[in-house]
Amino acid sequence: MQLSGAEILLECLIEQGTDTIFGYPGGSVLPIYDALYKYSDKINHYLTSHEQGASHAADGYARSTGKVGVCLATSGPGATNLVTGIATAYMDSSPIVAITGNVPVPMLGKDSFQEVDTTGITMPITKHNFIVKDVADLADTIRRAFHIARSGRPGPVLVDIPKDVATAECQFSAKTPAPALRESTRVTPQQLNEAAELIHAAKKPLIYAGGGIIAGDSTAELVEFAKILEAPVCVSAMGIGGFPASDPHSVGMIGMHGTAASNTLATECDFLIAIGARFSDRVISNAKRFAPSAKVLHIDIDPAEINKNIGTTFSLVGDVKKILSLLIPLLQKIDRAEWTSRVAELKQKFPPGYKESGLLQPQYVIQRLSALAADKAIFVTEVGQHQMWSCHYLKIDRPRQFLTSGGLGTMGFGLGAAIGAAVANPGTPVINIAGDGCFRMNHIELATAVEYELPLIEVIINNHALGMVRQWQTMFYDRRYSQTSLHGKTTDFIKLAEAYGATPFNVTKPAEVDDAIKKALALGKPCVINCEISEDERVFPMVPPGAGIDEYILEGGA
Amino acid sequence: MRHVLSIMVENRPGVLGRVVGLFSRRGYNIDSLSVGTSEDVRYSRITVSLQGDERVVEQIQKQLAKLIDVQDVTELEPEHAIYRELCLVKVEATAAARPDIFNVSTVFHANIIDVSTKTITVELTGDLMKINAFIELMKPYGILEIARTGLTAISRGGK
Repeated sequence: MQLSGAEILLECLIEQGTDTIFGYPGGSVLPIYDALYKYSDKINHYLTSHEQGASHAADGYARSTGKVGVCLATSGPGATNLVTGIATAYMDSSPIVAITGNVPVPMLGKDSFQEVDTTGITMPITKHNFIVKDVADLADTIRRAFHIARSGRPGPVLVDIPKDVATAECQFSAKTPAPALRESTRVTPQQLNEAAELIHAAKKPLIYAGGGIIAGDSTAELVEFAKILEAPVCVSAMGIGGFPASDPHSVGMIGMHGTAASNTLATECDFLIAIGARFSDRVISNAKRFAPSAKVLHIDIDPAEINKNIGTTFSLVGDVKKILSLLIPLLQKIDRAEWTSRVAELKQKFPPGYKESGLLQPQYVIQRLSALAADKAIFVTEVGQHQMWSCHYLKIDRPRQFLTSGGLGTMGFGLGAAIGAAVANPGTPVINIAGDGCFRMNHIELATAVEYELPLIEVIINNHALGMVRQWQTMFYDRRYSQTSLHGKTTDFIKLAEAYGATPFNVTKPAEVDDAIKKALALGKPCVINCEISEDERVFPMVPPGAGIDEYILEGGA
Repeated sequence: MRHVLSIMVENRPGVLGRVVGLFSRRGYNIDSLSVGTSEDVRYSRITVSLQGDERVVEQIQKQLAKLIDVQDVTELEPEHAIYRELCLVKVEATAAARPDIFNVSTVFHANIIDVSTKTITVELTGDLMKINAFIELMKPYGILEIARTGLTAISRGGK
C-alpha cells in the first residue's frame, strides 16, 4: 500500500510490537504527530513535560520490561533534550529507539531553524544511529534500528527523519520482525571444560554479577550456579535484582559504597567470576588493589569488555544465560568449608545497619518502603545518597524491580523512568526514591504522572542539600560546603505537589512513615511523600577515591 | 610499538566520522589514516597506523568491531604485510643543486613530477623508513612543502 513516511514509521512500530511511545511535538515532527492522530487506536502516545522526560520514560519502559522503549522528539532542541536520556540508556545498555524529526533534506546543513546535526551529536552515545534521506529506506531502517537495539548487548539507537521524508510517500508492505540475536560468537566445549576446571581449582570463589544478568534474563541460572559453587554473590548497582537479595549467598553490593562483606571478600578471594559485569571504576576503585590474589573468569556478551578495565585469566563471550546453563552440568560440588565460614563471619560482623538518631532517617524510610511495598512495587531511584541507601536498604528479589542510572549517574532520571515503568506495568505501584536536588531537576514530570493517573509515588529524601557532593565536601574538602546547600531555595514541595494535582504527604518523624506509605499505596495515584531528614546523614561504607575497595570507611570511622 | 589495522567499512556517509570519533573519545592516538575504495564496491578500506601496547590494540580492535558499519578489522603485522605510503616533497633547487637532487631521487626510485626555476617536486612511494630517509637527504636543500598520504597496507600472499 502507498503510505507517507510518517505512516510507514508507525506501521513499523506496530510491526515491532510497540504500542506505546513517549514524546513531545514540534515543527519537524508535525507530519508524524498528524499520523499519530490517525493511529491513536493502535499507538498510545504519552505526552511528557520535556523531551528529557520522554527519553527517561522510554528507558524506564525498557528496563522494567526488557522490551524496546520508544521516544519521539522534534529537531534541534527537541533532539538535544533527548541527549541525556540516550546517554543514560547507552551507559546502562538499555534498549531504546529514539525517533527525531529534522528539517527537510534540502534545508540540512544550512543552519536552518531548529536544525542540529542530531546524528553527529548522538554518535558517541548510541549503539548506532541513522538519518533517513529517502522514504524508500525508512521501513528497513526502522526495522534495523529495533534489531540493533535489542540484539547482543542492548543499547539505544536513534533514527533521524527529515520532515520531507515523513511526508513523502512510497509503497509499504509489512514484514515479520527478525528475532533478536543474543550472541555473535559461540563458546566451545573445550572452553567450558577449561572454565569448569578453573572453578574446581578455586578455594575461595566469589561471583560478581552485573546488569548483564538482568539483560540476559539469567537470574534462575545464576541462583543455580551460586548454589552448586556455594559461592558468595556480590552485585554491582546495575546487578541489583539480578540475584535475589534474600538468597543466602547474597553479600550485597560491591564497590565504592559496597558492603564491607563484598569488598573484603573481593580482596580475599582467589577466584573471581564476573558475569554480565563490566568492572566499572565505581566497582573496582583502585584497579591495582582490586582482587589482588584472584584469577578472573569473565563471562559477558560483549567481547570488548574482556580485558578492558581488569586483566582476565579466562573469558567466555556470549549469552550469559546460555553459557551458565552449559556450565552448570559440568560443575561438581566442592567442599570449601573454610571459605564458607569466612563469608558467614563477614556477613555477621558487618550486618546492614546505621546509627539510629531518633530523628527521621533516610535508611529507615527506605527500609519501610521495602517492607511495605517490595512484594509488589517497582522501585526507581535518582542519583546520589538516596540512591546508595536504596541499593543497601531495599530488599530486591526480582530482576527489573529496581531501576537506577548506574553508569551515567543521571540526576533527574528517576521520575521519567518511573513514568515509563508505570505505563509498562499497569496495576503495579512504582516508587521513585529521590533526593530534593534530583526532584528539583525534573519534577515537571509529576504533571505527566497526574495526567495519565499513574500509581506513582515520589518519595523525596529531603535533606535540603546536594547530599552526596556535600558528603564528599565533609570528608575530602575539609567541610567547605561550596554550593551544596539548598536551604536558600524555599520551594514548598507540599504545595508544589498539590499544584500538580498529586497527593502530598509530609513526614518529619519515624512514626509517620508507615502511615504515609500505606495511604499512598492505597490511593493508587500520583503521590509525593516529602521526608525531612538531616543534611548530615552520610552513606557508609565508603571507599575514598583512589583507595583499594578493602579500605572502606565505616560509619563512625571518619 | 607501531600497529597497522585494516578496517573494512560500509561505504556510507558518516562512517569515517564514527571510526575517527571512536579513536578520539577513547583516547587512542592515530599516527596516520588513509581511506579509499576496496575490491568490493560496498566497502571502503581504512588503514590506520597507531602506537600502543598489545592490550590497547586488542581493545581498539574490539571497539571498532562493535561499530555497526564496520565489517571487519584485521591487524596487518609487518612480517605478513606490505606497507606503503605516497609522499610528495617540494624542494628548493638552485641550478647547482638540481643534479644532486636528481641523483638522490634516482637512487630512491622517486619520480620528478614538477620542475620550476627555483623548485623541484618529487613523488616517492615506500614504507615509512624509506620516506623518512629521503626527507632527511632533502633537508639540506631546503624543503618547502611535504604532503603524505599516510600509510596504506595489504597482506602478503594468498590470504
